[in-house]
Amino acid sequence: MEVRPSFLWMLLGASLVTLIPRVLPLIVLSRIRLPDWGLRWLNHIPIAVMSALLSQELLVSNGSFSPNLFGLLSTIPTFAVAYFTRSLLATVLTGIAAMMFMRYASAFA
Amino acid sequence: MSKKEIHLDRSANMKSGESFIQGVKDCLPTVMGYLSIGFAAGVVEKTAGLSLAEIALMSILLYAGSAQFIAAGMMTAGNPSTAIIFTVFFVNLRHLLMSAALAPYFRHLPVWKNVLIGSQLTDETFGVAVTRLSGKSKGSYQWMFGLNLTAYLNWLLANVAGGIFGKWITQPEKFGLDFALPAMFIGLFMLQLTERSKFGVDLAVTISSIVLAAAGSVFVSESAGVLIAIIFAASMGVWIEKWK
Repeated sequence: MEVRPSFLWMLLGASLVTLIPRVLPLIVLSRIRLPDWGLRWLNHIPIAVMSALLSQELLVSNGSFSPNLFGLLSTIPTFAVAYFTRSLLATVLTGIAAMMFMRYASAFA
Repeated sequence: MSKKEIHLDRSANMKSGESFIQGVKDCLPTVMGYLSIGFAAGVVEKTAGLSLAEIALMSILLYAGSAQFIAAGMMTAGNPSTAIIFTVFFVNLRHLLMSAALAPYFRHLPVWKNVLIGSQLTDETFGVAVTRLSGKSKGSYQWMFGLNLTAYLNWLLANVAGGIFGKWITQPEKFGLDFALPAMFIGLFMLQLTERSKFGVDLAVTISSIVLAAAGSVFVSESAGVLIAIIFAASMGVWIEKWK
C-alpha cells in the first residue's frame, strides 16, 4: 500500500492538466455572455462528442483504421433499444449481451 | 414511448428534477457501464504495477477513464512522466468543449460551485446532464452534485475492485464487457437526438464527426482526432443552420 514519489508527481501533473480544461470554461463563460452563434455552436457539441467517441471505439484501433466487425454488428440492437426504450441501462445491457452472444457464436462457427 | 408520455415525463422533471436525490437517481443508469469500465481500468492499473493506494489516488485525482488507461499503458512501456502528462493533457482536452457547453446553464452559480461541477466532468455525466438541461435556462446545483458524486464514488469503487479482484477475471471481453463503453455512448447519443427536433442538421453533424474522428485518429493522433471532429462537426452544424 505504498505511493511512490515519482508516481505521485506524474499523477499530480496529469491531474492538473486535466482539471484546467474541465473547469476553465465553466468559470470564464459564466461571467461573459456568448454571442448567439457561439451558443448555437455549443449546442452541437454533445452530438459531435458522442459521435466522435463512438467512431473511435468502433473504427480505430492503435492509430489505424480497423473497423471492429463484432462491435459494428452489436451497434444495431443497441441503437434499436436506445431508440425505443430511451433507457441508458437497457441500452448498455443490450450492447454487452449482443457482444457476448457474438463472441460465443463465433467460437462455434 | 409516445410523444404525450415524453411530455408528461418532462413536466414531472420540472418539479422533482432539482433535488440531490434526483441527481443520484439520474446517474444510476450509467452505474453499470461505469462499473465495468472502472473495473477494467483497475485491472490494467494493477497489471502496470500500481499499488492499491496508487489506484485509489489515481481515480480520485485524475478521474478520467481513457486517461487512466493510457497513463497505465505508458508507464508499463517505460515512458517518462513528462510524456505521460503531455499525452493526458491532449486526451482530456475535449473536456474544454463539454465544460463550455455546460457553462450557460450554470452562470447563476458562484465560482467555487462551477469549479466543483467542472472538476467532476466526464463523458457520461456530461451526456446525462445536457440531456436533462436542454430546454431549461438554469441547471440545479444540487441535482448536478448528486449526479457527479454518484458517478465519482462509483468510479473509485470500480477501480479499487478491479485492482483487488482483477486477477480472477482474465477475459472481460468474453462477457462482452468491452462493449459497455460504446453502448453507453450510443445511449447518450440517442437521448440527445430524440430530445431535439432538427434531425437533418444533427445527422450531418453526426456523420461528419464520425468521419473526421476516424480520419483524424489515423492521420494525426487519436486525441487530436476527437478534437478535430468535435470542432469541425459543430461548426458545420452552425453553417448548415445558417443556410436553411
